[in-house]
Amino acid sequence: MTSSRLLLSRRRLLGLGAAGAGSLLLAGCDRWSSSTSGFRDVLDRVDELTEGAQRLVMGDGALAREYSEADISPYFRANGNVRVNDRDYNRLAEGSFADYRLPVTGLVDRPLSLSLDDLRAMPARTQITRHDCVEGWSCIGKWTGPQLGPILDMAGVQPAARFVMFFCYDDFGNTLSGPIRYYESLGLRDCYHAQTILAYDMNDATLPIPHGAPLRLRVERQLGYKHAKFLREIRVVDSFANIGRGHGGYYEDGDGYEWYAGI
Amino acid sequence: MAETIVTPERPARRRVYRHAVIVRITHWINAACFVFLLLSGLQILNAHPHLYWGDASTFDQNNQPTDTFLSFWTSTETGERRGYVQIMGGKLFDTTGFLAASNYRGETVQRAFPTWLTLPSRQDLAAGRLWHFFFAWIFVINGIVYVAYGLAGRHFWRDLIPTRDQWRTIGRTVWDHVRFRFPRGEEATRYNILQKLAYLVAVIALIVMVLTGLSMSPGLNAAFPWLPELFGGRQSARTFHFISASLLVLFAIIHIVMVLVSGVWNNFRSMITGRYVIKEEKHDILPPSP
Repeated sequence: MTSSRLLLSRRRLLGLGAAGAGSLLLAGCDRWSSSTSGFRDVLDRVDELTEGAQRLVMGDGALAREYSEADISPYFRANGNVRVNDRDYNRLAEGSFADYRLPVTGLVDRPLSLSLDDLRAMPARTQITRHDCVEGWSCIGKWTGPQLGPILDMAGVQPAARFVMFFCYDDFGNTLSGPIRYYESLGLRDCYHAQTILAYDMNDATLPIPHGAPLRLRVERQLGYKHAKFLREIRVVDSFANIGRGHGGYYEDGDGYEWYAGI
Repeated sequence: MAETIVTPERPARRRVYRHAVIVRITHWINAACFVFLLLSGLQILNAHPHLYWGDASTFDQNNQPTDTFLSFWTSTETGERRGYVQIMGGKLFDTTGFLAASNYRGETVQRAFPTWLTLPSRQDLAAGRLWHFFFAWIFVINGIVYVAYGLAGRHFWRDLIPTRDQWRTIGRTVWDHVRFRFPRGEEATRYNILQKLAYLVAVIALIVMVLTGLSMSPGLNAAFPWLPELFGGRQSARTFHFISASLLVLFAIIHIVMVLVSGVWNNFRSMITGRYVIKEEKHDILPPSP
């Protein structure tokens, strides 16, 4: 009798303890998830581990799978910004981007200013690839444009360079300090990957505005948010520590997405 | 290995060493990883709660998913927000309050899974992914240790593969379980066939979790293009990731219920210290020596 009562109370205690631990755990996890927590730094470091492991198995050269014409998605979902609230951009769009120029700046020997005609005159790569959004969905599309590597070579990347920033025309509305326009970054080796192109055509037609006209980045071995749309400027840098909050991209800075988006 | 204590009135109790230390340690690490991976996984699913077959998803002109295997929808047509679950394009099940639409800070919002089933509780895909991949690493390393031990230490063959006589008497084992009668005596020194099959299915489902999870990585897709094709494409892999996780939740529920009804302290002790107490059946008891 005594022992069974003891057992019951022990059980109840354990049950209470488990429930208490559970709610504490959940509250703790919420706090640990916040960007100011030290544990968040630990979580962020996992991205470096993942990148290291993935680069080890895929190397610099492995290509993302390329599909056939029959696999192209009948309707490719447009995500992120599907229009741009920027006066300069809209003026360019009205003129079918005839006056569009893409500056290539930063740590380069010969800064460039490329028109769409310049870009279309360069050797182009066409690839039918699967676009994977961080949210979980995928669409297959056909992209055409020059590889980024030769453009960087044309500009002459300086030895100190490590990253390339992609600045865009689109923003997600006003913040206290005004609109923050989209930006992304890649390490140099991803810039020189064969499938890293600046796409001006999608599915054999001029790149539509919802998909980032006149020019968007394609970096096929990473998730959709790395594929910066509405390109405004390409800048070669040695570090992005002083750009935004220093995490290398709009979503990396604002929402805490991983800089390496290979998973 | 076994010490038998025989007293005249009570059935004999024998302590056997049931779980090797590697099995016990990997079990608890796995259990913790499972909880964190499940809750952060539901957070990730909430970002796009639609599951498809094939390589790609399918959308209509309004960006709405079509031809899904499973969808969580919300609608405000009736004036208030309602949540619906749809399986294979069939009938909509109103699941308001739990699935597809549930409470967040006093308001019914669009959420496939409610706050108390996601990590973190608020909608935060980026944080969910960080938690998921952190525990995925621990889970995979832990799993490699367990599988290496299972293969090298013959744990799988000795403990998990049913013997021929167990297959022959499977009908009786099922009937015993239906009546909540559990093996005693010598029979309890090994797993019965239903346990063995359940644990084997769980181990296979956990391996499927890893493979389908890796199949969703665009980086690893470039390294191993055949990987997502094993499952019929990236979106199919995502769907199987969910189905496999659902099976594991079912396994975990049955597992916990069975632990509770078949001698909770004995089970707990055996998975902590390794020692499991067996009550001998009458005919197993030797007459006390004079």
